[in-house]
Amino acid sequence: MSHEHHDHEHSELGEMDLRVRALETVLAQKGYIDPAALDLLIDTYQTKIGPRNGARVVARAWVDPAFRDWLLRDGTAAIASQGYSGRQGEHMVVLENTPQRHHMVVCTLCSCYPWPVLGLPPTWYKSAPYRSRAVKDPRGVLADFGVTLPESTEIRVVDSTAEVRYLVLPMRPAHTEGFSEEQLAELVTRDSMIGTGLPLEPAR
Amino acid sequence: MSYLSHADLGGRPNAERVVPEAEGELFHADWEPRALAVTLAMGATGSWNIDMSRAARETLGEYERLSYYQIWIAALQKLLAERQLAMPDELAAGRALHPTVPVARVLKAPDVAAALAKGSPTERSIGAPARFRVGDQVRTRGARVAHHTRLPGYAHGKQGVIESVQGAHVFADTHAQGLGEQPQWLYRVAFSGTELWCAEAAPGTSVALDAWESYLESAE
Repeated sequence: MSHEHHDHEHSELGEMDLRVRALETVLAQKGYIDPAALDLLIDTYQTKIGPRNGARVVARAWVDPAFRDWLLRDGTAAIASQGYSGRQGEHMVVLENTPQRHHMVVCTLCSCYPWPVLGLPPTWYKSAPYRSRAVKDPRGVLADFGVTLPESTEIRVVDSTAEVRYLVLPMRPAHTEGFSEEQLAELVTRDSMIGTGLPLEPAR
Repeated sequence: MSYLSHADLGGRPNAERVVPEAEGELFHADWEPRALAVTLAMGATGSWNIDMSRAARETLGEYERLSYYQIWIAALQKLLAERQLAMPDELAAGRALHPTVPVARVLKAPDVAAALAKGSPTERSIGAPARFRVGDQVRTRGARVAHHTRLPGYAHGKQGVIESVQGAHVFADTHAQGLGEQPQWLYRVAFSGTELWCAEAAPGTSVALDAWESYLESAE
């Protein structure tokens, strides 16, 4: 990165800081926002709602066939039963990966993402390269994540174009017999629930 | 055509790598969480709906040059100015200069958890039965429309199969234009890679998306 570029970036960040601060000040003066509510919103998505929620849902599905069936039949209700529901997860559909079909979720039009189970989307999910390439070159995108799947596995890309939100149920890793739900949840990565990654292999 | 979305990126040429990110990396500048929170809090006032805010973002002329949360802030300023809730001179001065226009609701701290838990469900009961069933062949609308829509450009005029009937949902196209919810049946429709990309299709790939009934016609 050149020195000039660095300076430019620095001044731009300062400008955005001031702009957002001015917005907050004006909107609070007019009584449209409660600054304490803003702090609480930030804290919620920084510390309470994130991909560990989804990991617990996946681990549960791996150990409990009845829950897995419910999850695939009525994702919204099954996920709500685990305590995760609400904003940007009002209508949940869970897609199960199999040796025959691997799902990968994108929102080509904006950044729709299942917040109650995965939290806020990562930067790449909102970026032009991912949104442009996922639907046309999903194997190339997977390669960017270090993932190569057999040619015999169909890659099904799901574009979140309405208010339905998608969670991928990845395949349970081999050699995890006897693992507890908690141990299994530790193997479930955020990317494996979007479909750009696979669960971790257990340490052997 | 008077309406141009800069956000319809699916299938556009792009040679850049996708850069993975660790799970805990949510924000990249101090102002970004504030931008998120102020956008959510203003959304909660009921001054616009989510489809109006998507329309405000995707029509920003500078969309491609802005980072994600810069897009949110620019669109928020546009929505505020259109409704005279906060004007550019006030944001430049950093203080209120004009009379307050009342809003429907204000999100107070004690109500945040309940508001997030409730969300904004879009499923509605409608009298009309669903026109299509799982397994039906359908063709998507080929014509462009001069307003916000959720049918991506790459899926215009393409034949696919109904994979799931997703219930009736608030219609984004009318909702974004202030023409009401006008709920319609929503379907997940699957397309083969070759239908979408012809000879450029990667082998063994397919795409599914959610489409409202009026985006579709029968292709039986």
